[in-house]
Amino acid sequence: MSGAGTEGDRERRVEAKYEKLKKEAAAGGYFLNPDEPFAKDLAESLLVNEERYGYAACPCRLSGGRRELDLDIICPCDYRDADVEEHGACYCALYVSGEVARGEREVAPVPERRPDALIEAAAKGGLPVAASQPAERAPSQGAAFGGSSAIPVWRCKVCGYLCARDNPPGVCPICKVTKDRFERF
Amino acid sequence: MGATKVDGNDKGKVRIFTLSTCIWCKKTKEFLAQNNVAYEYIDMDKLDADEKDAALVELKKWNEKCSMPTVVVNDSVCIVGFKEQEIREALSL
Repeated sequence: MSGAGTEGDRERRVEAKYEKLKKEAAAGGYFLNPDEPFAKDLAESLLVNEERYGYAACPCRLSGGRRELDLDIICPCDYRDADVEEHGACYCALYVSGEVARGEREVAPVPERRPDALIEAAAKGGLPVAASQPAERAPSQGAAFGGSSAIPVWRCKVCGYLCARDNPPGVCPICKVTKDRFERF
Repeated sequence: MGATKVDGNDKGKVRIFTLSTCIWCKKTKEFLAQNNVAYEYIDMDKLDADEKDAALVELKKWNEKCSMPTVVVNDSVCIVGFKEQEIREALSL
């Protein structure tokens, strides 16, 4: 897209991006879409957006063009884990569940989970009133940690890894055991 | 406005809202091309600010979430996401 370098350079950069994404996914207990050309196309789109916006905005969402408008949709987005859990894939389907990775489930279109206020803000190019102070914005637009409706904390019974999120991860990012090995802390 | 026409057989007015970086949008375009359907697409990420505002007003009428791809057939049927079967039915393919 940027026109920089030759086609061969481009291919090498896409390949390198794809390999990096794949390695990082595996290290964290995540899976990339097993449809390799599909995943590589997404890797290329992430490169395009990095060049265009300065950060890897989700290729399948309309970017606000400014980092503060797109914080929740910088890949991996805030909605990835919940969508992988519920739909077997994240919104753009770069990341998929173990079932999908093993070919036991097909990927279907994933409904948009991003809150309307943030979609609107990105479309208009301005932050919504409620989220106009980025410092106070919780990562998941939910209650702040320790607040009256605090996000639950989950403990991996094998390695002790703790995480605060709505549900335990599918795979422990530290010791790789499955989610049924987690307990509420 | 920033719509790009793609030639093919006339299956009615087929207008799709897309992103140039979105692979589901790419699949939708490829599907229409493979079936030789004439359509026009609007790559929302390639528009200037005024064009984008106008396109968003139009898109929002069909799809509150303004997500891509959104396929609008004959100003009457709207399909959100790449749903091959629904597109086939809407276009009698």
